[in-house]
Amino acid sequence: MNFLLTGVNHRTAPIEVRERFAIPEDRLPEALERLARLAGIEEALILSTCNRVEFLVRSTNGCASLTPFLADYFQQPAEHFQSYLYEYREQEAVRHVFRVASSLDSMIVGEPQILGQVKEAYATARAVGTVSSQLDALLTRAFAVAKKVRSETAVGSSAVSVASVAVDLAKKIFGSLKGRVIYLVGAGKMCELAARHLLAHGAASILVANRTFERAARLAEKFNGRALPFEKLYETADQADIIISSTGAPHAIFRREHAEQFLHRRRNRPMFFIDIAVPRDVDPAVNDLDGIFVYDIDDLQQVVSSNLGNRSDEAVRANALIDEEVARFAARLLTADVVPTIVSLQEHFETIRQAEIDRVRGRLGTLSPEQEMAIEALSRGIIKKIMHTPIVTLKSAARERSQATTVVDVVRRLFNLQHPQPGSASELSGEDDADNSDADPRNSHTGANGR
Amino acid sequence: MPLLWLRVAVVFYAAGLLYALTLLMRRAETWQRIVVPIVSLGMVFHFVSLCEAALIERLSFASVHYSESLLAFIIMFLFMVARIRYKTTSPGLFIFPLVFLLTFASAIAQAPLRFSNPLLRSGWVFIHIALIFTGYAALFLSFGASLLYLLQSRNLKAKLKGRDSGGFTSRLPALETIDDIGYKSLLLGFPFMTMGLIAGAAIAQSKFGPVYFRDAKVMLSLLMWIVYVVLLYTRWNSGWRGRRAAYLAAFAFLAALGAWAANFFSSVHKFVAP
Repeated sequence: MNFLLTGVNHRTAPIEVRERFAIPEDRLPEALERLARLAGIEEALILSTCNRVEFLVRSTNGCASLTPFLADYFQQPAEHFQSYLYEYREQEAVRHVFRVASSLDSMIVGEPQILGQVKEAYATARAVGTVSSQLDALLTRAFAVAKKVRSETAVGSSAVSVASVAVDLAKKIFGSLKGRVIYLVGAGKMCELAARHLLAHGAASILVANRTFERAARLAEKFNGRALPFEKLYETADQADIIISSTGAPHAIFRREHAEQFLHRRRNRPMFFIDIAVPRDVDPAVNDLDGIFVYDIDDLQQVVSSNLGNRSDEAVRANALIDEEVARFAARLLTADVVPTIVSLQEHFETIRQAEIDRVRGRLGTLSPEQEMAIEALSRGIIKKIMHTPIVTLKSAARERSQATTVVDVVRRLFNLQHPQPGSASELSGEDDADNSDADPRNSHTGANGR
Repeated sequence: MPLLWLRVAVVFYAAGLLYALTLLMRRAETWQRIVVPIVSLGMVFHFVSLCEAALIERLSFASVHYSESLLAFIIMFLFMVARIRYKTTSPGLFIFPLVFLLTFASAIAQAPLRFSNPLLRSGWVFIHIALIFTGYAALFLSFGASLLYLLQSRNLKAKLKGRDSGGFTSRLPALETIDDIGYKSLLLGFPFMTMGLIAGAAIAQSKFGPVYFRDAKVMLSLLMWIVYVVLLYTRWNSGWRGRRAAYLAAFAFLAALGAWAANFFSSVHKFVAP
C-alpha cells in the first residue's frame, strides 16, 4: 500500500495557519506535479478546502515524511507548522480518506459539500496524471463509501441551521410551500435569510412591513415582494401563511386577540409564526390557539441542537460502517499485489486445457451435448483443483508482505509466466465486492472450493 | 371457497394490524416499506372472496358476515386511494385494526348468518347497503384523519419536548395534508350516505308504509346524517378543523356506530323474518 496522508484541518489548526496552506485551484496542478516529482512518490492527490488542506501520496517504499516538501513549497520553516500537522499511514490513511469523503470529519458533520470537493480534487489529480492505480482505487471506493454512509445512516438528513429548521417546520404544517405567502415583520438579516430559504423551497410571495417604510421597500424589492405600511400590520397579517417577525419592539406585537382575529378572517386555516426577535414579538399565549404554531428563536435553536445530537449518534454508526470498509479495502489491496500473478496462472492453465481438448476432440467422434458438457466440466474441475493451493498460498503470502515477492517469484518461475506490467492493479478500482463472478481472480479460490 | 379466500385475506390484514401496533414504537421503517404490498395482496384475496360469494352463493350478500366483509373492503379501498393520492400510510393506524376486526369476525363464522328476511335478498337492498357502507367508510377515514390531525398538531405545539425523533409522529404527513384527507373523504362520503339513506327509505316506504319512521335504527341513521351535515357545514363555512372538527367527527362516528348496532333492536332491520 504505502499510503501517506498529511495535512491540517479545522481541528488541528486555526484559520491563520490553514490560510497559509491553502492552495488556490489554479495552482493545484503545478503543486501536484511538484509533489509527484519527489523521489519515490508514485501517486499524489491534494485536497484544499477552507477547512482542510491535505496531501495524500503513495510511494514505492514508504515515504518518510512530507514535511520537507511542505516547508519547501510554502516557503516556511518546518517548526512553524509542524505541531499543526497530522499524519496517517496505510490503513489509517484509508480510514481518514473515507471519513473525509463521508463528511464525518467535517466541522458540521454530515454537510454535503465536502464530497463534491473531494471529487473535484480527484478530477484535478486525474487530469494532471498524478492519480492512477491504487489511489484511484482508494478514491473511487471512498465515493462509494460516502454514498453508503449517506443512505444507510441519518448523518446528513436533518436540518442543522435555524433557517432550514424553519423550512422543515413550515413543510410539516403546510406540506408543500407552493403558493404560500410569507410576511416579514421587521427587516433584519435573520428575517431575510429565513425568507430566502422559504422562497427557495417554493413559497409564492413576500410581504414586508417595517417601522421605516424605506427599509421595508428596499427588502421587498430584493425579493420581488410588496412593502406594506407598518400601521396596517393587523389588517394585512391574515393574508400570510407564515409570519417571520424580528422587530426591536420592547413588548409583544402579536397578542392572542390579534391571532384570534387572523384565524377568524382566515377561516381557521393554520398560520406559522417564526419569532426571531429578542424580546419576543409574539406572545407565547398565541401558541395555545388551535391552528397557530409559534416558534421562537430558542425553540428553533433547540431543534437545531437536537438534530446535531442525532447526527453525532448517527456518526457513531457511520464510523462502525467505515471501519468495516477500511478492513475490506485493505484486504483487497494486499491481495491485489498478487492478483496479476494469479491471473497469469489462470490464463496459463486455461490455454493448456483448451489446447488439450482441441487435440483429442477430433478423435472422439460425434458427442452428445451432455458428453460435451461433461468433458468441459471435467477439465475445468481438474485445473481448478490444481490451482487451488497455489492461489491460496499466494493470497496468504500477500497478507504477510515479507514473503510475497519470494512466493510470487517461485510461482512465476515454476510455471514460466511472463512478468506483469506495473500498475495493472488498477483493474480493481471501484466496483463493489458484492458482484462476485467466477472470472474474478480475487474470488477464484471460493470457486475452487466447489460452489 | 369464499370463506377460505377471506381467511387468507385476514392473515395478510393481520400484518396491517401488526403495523398499526408497531407504529407506536420507534423506528418501524421495515414495516413501513412492506406493509402496503402485504395488505394489497390481502385485498386481492378479499376481492376474490367477495366476488365468489356474490356469484356462487347467488347474492347471499345479505348476510351479516358478508356485509362486514364488504364494509372492510370499502374501507381498505378508500385507504388505498388516500395512500396513492397523499403518499402516506399513517391512516393505517386506525384503518388496519378496524379492517382486521371486521374481516376476522366475518371469517371465523362457521355457517353464514343469513338475513332470513327475503326482502334483504333483492338488488335494491344491495345498492342501499353498498351506498351506506361507502358513507360509513368515508366517515371513518375522516374521523381517523381528524385524530391524526390532533396528534400532529400536538406534536408541533410541543416543540422539542416530547418529540420522538424517528417515531410515529415524526413520520406523520403535513398538517394540511391530513386536513385535506379528512375533508375530501367527508365530501366524498356525503352523497353516498345521502343516497343510501334515500334508497333505504324508498324500500321501507314501499314495503312497510310510514310506520318505519318510529324505528330506532331509522332515528339513529337520521341523527347521524344530521351530524354529518353539521360537520360539513362548519368545515365549509368557517373552516373548523383540529379539535372541534375531531369532536364532531367522533360524534358522527358514534352515531354511525349506534345506527349500525341498532340492527339488533330495530324491527325494520331484523335479520330474521318478523
